[in-house]
Amino acid sequence: MNRHGHFDALARLLHWGMAVLVMAMLFVGVGMVASLALRPMLIELHRPLGIAILLLALVRLYHRWRSPPPPLPADLPRPQALAAKASHWLLYALMLAMPLLGWSMLSAGGYPVPMVGALRLPALVPHDPTLYAWLRGAHGVLGYALFALVLMHLAAALYHAWVRRDGVFDAMARSGRPRSMPSNETVAEPTPRLQD
Amino acid sequence: MPPKPPMPWPALTAIAIIVLVLATAFAWAAGWIGKDRLTAPRLVDAIEGGKPYAGFRRAHSKGVCVAGYFEPSTQAAALSRAQVFSQPRTAVQGRLSIGGADPYALDAQARVRSLALLLKADNGQEWRMAMNSFPFFSVSTPAGFHKQLVASRPDPATGKPDPARMAAFLAEHPEAKRFQAWAKSAPWSSSWANTAYNGVNAFRFVDAAGRERFVRWSMEPQAPFEPLSEAERQQADPDYLAEELRARLRRGPLRWNLVIIEAAPGDPIDDPSQAWPENRPRHIAGVLVLNNSQPQATGRCRDVNYDPTVVPDGIALSGDPILAARAAAYSVSFNRRERETARDQAPPATDVTMQEVAR
Repeated sequence: MNRHGHFDALARLLHWGMAVLVMAMLFVGVGMVASLALRPMLIELHRPLGIAILLLALVRLYHRWRSPPPPLPADLPRPQALAAKASHWLLYALMLAMPLLGWSMLSAGGYPVPMVGALRLPALVPHDPTLYAWLRGAHGVLGYALFALVLMHLAAALYHAWVRRDGVFDAMARSGRPRSMPSNETVAEPTPRLQD
Repeated sequence: MPPKPPMPWPALTAIAIIVLVLATAFAWAAGWIGKDRLTAPRLVDAIEGGKPYAGFRRAHSKGVCVAGYFEPSTQAAALSRAQVFSQPRTAVQGRLSIGGADPYALDAQARVRSLALLLKADNGQEWRMAMNSFPFFSVSTPAGFHKQLVASRPDPATGKPDPARMAAFLAEHPEAKRFQAWAKSAPWSSSWANTAYNGVNAFRFVDAAGRERFVRWSMEPQAPFEPLSEAERQQADPDYLAEELRARLRRGPLRWNLVIIEAAPGDPIDDPSQAWPENRPRHIAGVLVLNNSQPQATGRCRDVNYDPTVVPDGIALSGDPILAARAAAYSVSFNRRERETARDQAPPATDVTMQEVAR
């Protein structure tokens, strides 16, 4: 729970871990579509990483339900609070939708969906060119939307950290336990290697 | 009312810079900035040459669907642990085609013929192949291929490629002269069925013990070679190969031996423009049997991307840059034509035939 107005350790681990994974996925995604040299390597990374994000997003939603996040500051203007709420649900929706779209899209394109080694996923939808075209388009457009949303999320987080300094960023960045302050003794007697 | 606090410009500027840097990196990765960088969409644009044919493959646009099966030889399972080499029979669907971007090209005039296959083993794993009648690729890099496309584009004034630009390309890519020599001297066979098709790119075969070997493969026809004379070529029907194939299939199934060629240490495994010496170990890994054909617009091959990097466990990719580029370009081509097909811009099969008859 968030007795200290902070996200707990699992929530923070999931958040920062997925931040890295989602950002990597977005760059891998646009990179593999453009690149002539890296596509086989990047697509081999893209598929299992996408499924990992899907599973982690489900774990995260479950955890959020069990352990609700700390409330936003009471003095946050109403439009900002609304935007914060809406953008978070959109982020969750896209983190779930993108892997499912990618998986369906490969199925509709008649492609196999290999994971790692000999493991592969079954087709989610039938092989169908019209369905493929639609899903491929949606996967691309929503990918750009997710990147834009991630940038806005990042900008807003930094706004809380550097401009409002209202503890919203700290709630995800720090544990919330009282931080150990250096004692007078350590200040008075610094370690020898720091001297001179 | 308390006075408004001053705007925190340094913090806001820092945030804007961070967002801008990330957005720029993303745009670069997507190939949106740096116009001279060769990306998969730009390579396919060059193949289209400003004249895309809606609903068709951008390369090897004209062909027919074929189907049959693959039966491995007894020695195949020792080469690779891929299940197609251990199960008695694997269903195959594929495509015979001619090189070039024009879906209305004349069958008998095409120097390059191609065979694409999709083998789906009982464990669900797929092996897709895209083979060509040339023994080696014309250039060793995707950038070289792009330069070749640009150099061989017809000059609007003469309708023929500019000889000066072609000469400049050949000076920069001497390996392409080997390909030109092949195109000039290789005998023309009378059928898709008596043509050999070569994988050209190197792959890695992984056996049950995890041992790896670099290989290339070819489909060598069991049908004996029959020449197609210059006069026959000039007088042939526009759909000569498709009609000849149908006539042959009425007489019985067509067969090719799958020949696996092992590399020796030091053989070029990432340069498809270089053939390996003739004396490399060769193994007949099985027989491909094709027993029917359908028009490509209605056949099962139409909506399949024969991406040669779709390989089963037991077959792995090499570092060949042309192999990676083929996967990237075929994917762009597939996305474009499937979008056109979904928007009903692709002509139905009957229209293709009528247009060809009318020519």
